[in-house]
Amino acid sequence: MTSNRLLYALIPAGVVVVAAFGLLLAAGTNGFEPIKLIVEGSIGWPPFEEGTSSKVGDTVMVWVPIALASAGLIVTFNAGMWNIGIEGQIIMGAIFAAFVAREVSVSRPLLIALIILAGAVGGMLWGLLVGVLRTAGGVNEIFGGLGLDFVAASITTYLIIDPWSRTGVASTSGTDPFPDEALLPSLEGTRLSPLAIVITLVAIAGIWLLFRGTLYGLKLKAVGRNRPSSFLMGIPTNRYLLGAFVICGALAGIAGTSQAIGFHFRLIPAISGNYGFLAILVVLLARFRAFWVIPISFFFAMIAVGSSQLQLRLDVNSALGGVLQGTLVLSAMFGLGWAAHRFRKQAEAGAEST
Amino acid sequence: MSGLWNAFVELFDTRTIATIVAVSSPLLFASMGETISEKAGVINLSVDGSMMLSALAGFVVAFEFENVWLGFPAAAAVGVAVALIVAYGSIRLSLNQVAVGFVLFALCTELSRFLGSSYVGRQPEGVPAWDIPWLESIPFFGQVLFQQNLMVYLAILTVVATYFFMYRTRKGLELQGIGERPEAAHSRGIPVNRLRYFYTAVGGALIGIGGAAFTLDVKLGWSDRPTRNFGWIVLAIVIFGGWHPLRVAVGVLLFRTLEAYALNLIPEFPSLSQVLPSIPFPLMILALVIVNWKAVLAWLDRYPFLRAILRSDPPTAIGTRFEIN
Repeated sequence: MTSNRLLYALIPAGVVVVAAFGLLLAAGTNGFEPIKLIVEGSIGWPPFEEGTSSKVGDTVMVWVPIALASAGLIVTFNAGMWNIGIEGQIIMGAIFAAFVAREVSVSRPLLIALIILAGAVGGMLWGLLVGVLRTAGGVNEIFGGLGLDFVAASITTYLIIDPWSRTGVASTSGTDPFPDEALLPSLEGTRLSPLAIVITLVAIAGIWLLFRGTLYGLKLKAVGRNRPSSFLMGIPTNRYLLGAFVICGALAGIAGTSQAIGFHFRLIPAISGNYGFLAILVVLLARFRAFWVIPISFFFAMIAVGSSQLQLRLDVNSALGGVLQGTLVLSAMFGLGWAAHRFRKQAEAGAEST
Repeated sequence: MSGLWNAFVELFDTRTIATIVAVSSPLLFASMGETISEKAGVINLSVDGSMMLSALAGFVVAFEFENVWLGFPAAAAVGVAVALIVAYGSIRLSLNQVAVGFVLFALCTELSRFLGSSYVGRQPEGVPAWDIPWLESIPFFGQVLFQQNLMVYLAILTVVATYFFMYRTRKGLELQGIGERPEAAHSRGIPVNRLRYFYTAVGGALIGIGGAAFTLDVKLGWSDRPTRNFGWIVLAIVIFGGWHPLRVAVGVLLFRTLEAYALNLIPEFPSLSQVLPSIPFPLMILALVIVNWKAVLAWLDRYPFLRAILRSDPPTAIGTRFEIN
C-alpha cells in the first residue's frame, strides 16, 4: 500500500511537468529554457555560484514571509479554521512596523526589536478580530477575513496617499524609504538578513513542537477535528479558536514586518505580495506538516522570484509561475484524493469477498 | 455634510438607476449560479477565479471570431468545467470543497493572466443596445428596464426564472431537498449526487456567463484581472441574500448602488479618490457581519416580519458529503 501511495503521489508531479511543458511550448519557447531561467533568476545557474548572492538574498527574503505565514496557517488549519484573512494580517503587520520605523528613534537593536514586536501585535490584532467575529458574532471566518483583507488594503492605500505621502510629490507608489537604522541588518550588498532566517526557523520549529509535544497543541487539534465533543470534554473551544488566530496573526504580522523593513524598505500598496494566499497553497501541499513548509515555501519563493526573469528575457508572462504553483497543488490534492479513494474501494471489495 | 447628501440625491437620477441596473447584470448571473450551486449543497469557492478565466474565454472567442454571441457559450463551458472539478473532487474523491475551490481560484486567476497577456487592451465588439419596442416608452421604467441590451434582460429573466424554479416547481423542491436533507431526498428516490453534479454545472455555466458579461459588455475589453474581487463579493452577497434568489438580486443592486455612491463622492473628497472605489467591498462584508451577528439575530427574532426579510439560514447540508450506505 505504501508503495501504491507513493505511485499516486508521483502522478501529480507528472501532471505538472506535462502541463508546464504544454504551456511553455504554447507560449512559443522550447520548454526547458523557462525552467532554467526560473532557477537562474532565483538562485543562479549553476546554483549558489559566486556572484549570485544578491539573487539568493532576494529569494530567501521572499521565502521568509511565505514560510512565516505558512507556519501560522498550520495553527489555524489545525483548529479547523480557514484563515483567508492572512493577507490582511500581513498588511496590518507591515503598517504597524512602518509606523514604528517612521516615528520612533532609539538605539538600533532596540528599534529593530520594537518594530518586529509592533508588526507582530498589528497582525495579531487583525487576526483576533477575525476570531472575535467568528466566535462572538457567528460570522464565517472566510468572509470576515476577506472583508478585513479589503479594509487593510484600503488603509494602506490611504496612508500612502495622504498622511504618509512622499515629501513633495503626490505618488501612489509608496512612502519615503525608512531611515537606515530601522532596516533589518543584512549581508553586504544583498537583502539577506540572518536575523529574519533565524526568526523564521525558530517559528517553524515552535509550531512543530506545539503540535508534537504540548497539551495546548493537542487540544487545538481536538477542537479542529470535532468542536462539539471537545466542548463537552471541557475544552473552552472559543478561547482555543481565538488562540489559533492570535498565533497565526502574530506570525503573519512578522511576515509583513519582514516585507516592510527587510525587502521593500518602505510601505508600498501591494506590501503583502499576495504571499498570504500563496502560503495557503504551501500549507495545503505540505498537508499541514510544519517541517515540509521549509522546502515547499522555498520552492515557491524560487518560482516567485525566478518567474520575473521570464518576462524580461523570454517575454513570457510572469503569471506562469503562479500557474505552475496552482497546478502543482491541485494535482497533488487530486492525486492523493484519488489514491485514498482507490484504497477505500479496495478495502470495501476485500471486506465483501471474505 | 451637504456633499454627502448631494451625492446621495444624485443616485435617484433616472439615468443613474438605469446604469446601476446595467452594470449589475454580470453579478446577477454569477450570484444566481452560486445560489443554485450552494442550494444543492456544493460551495463553489472558485467563483473569483472561474469568473476571470471564463471572462477571458468569452472575450477571446468573441474577439477572434468577431461575433460577440459566440463568447457566451465559450465562457459558460469554462465555468462548467471548473465547477465539475469542484464537484468531482468533493463528491467522488471526498476532498474538502473549500480547499479545492480555493486552489482553483488561485490557478484560474493566474491562468487568465498568463493566457490573456497578449490580449491586454484589445477591444471587441460589445453587446449591442436593444430597446424593447412599446415598453421602452413607459416613463421611468422604460428607461431603467427596457432600454438596455439582451444580456441585461437575460440577467433579470435569470433571477425571476431561478426564483420560480426553486420555489414553484417540483424539480426546484428536489433541488432544495438535496441541499437541506439529502438522506430524506435519497429515501424518496432522488439521485442526490447526480443532481448535485448537475446543479453545480448549471451554477458554473451562469458564473461563466457572468464573467463574459464583464468583458463583452459592462467592462468591455481585456485587462489584467478585470473581474478581480467580484467573485468574492458574489459569495458574500449569496450569504447576505440568505440563499434566496430575489434577496440575492437585491443584494447585488445594493452593492452596485453603494459603488455608484462612492463614485459620486469623489469630487467631494478628492484626496480619497484612490480609496473610495474600493470602499463598497469591505462595506458589503460589514453588512454580512451585521446580518449574521448573533445579537442582531436574537433581536430580529422578536420581530417576525423583519426576521423573514433579513435573517439568512444556510442550506442545512451545505458543504457536506452524501454517501449511500
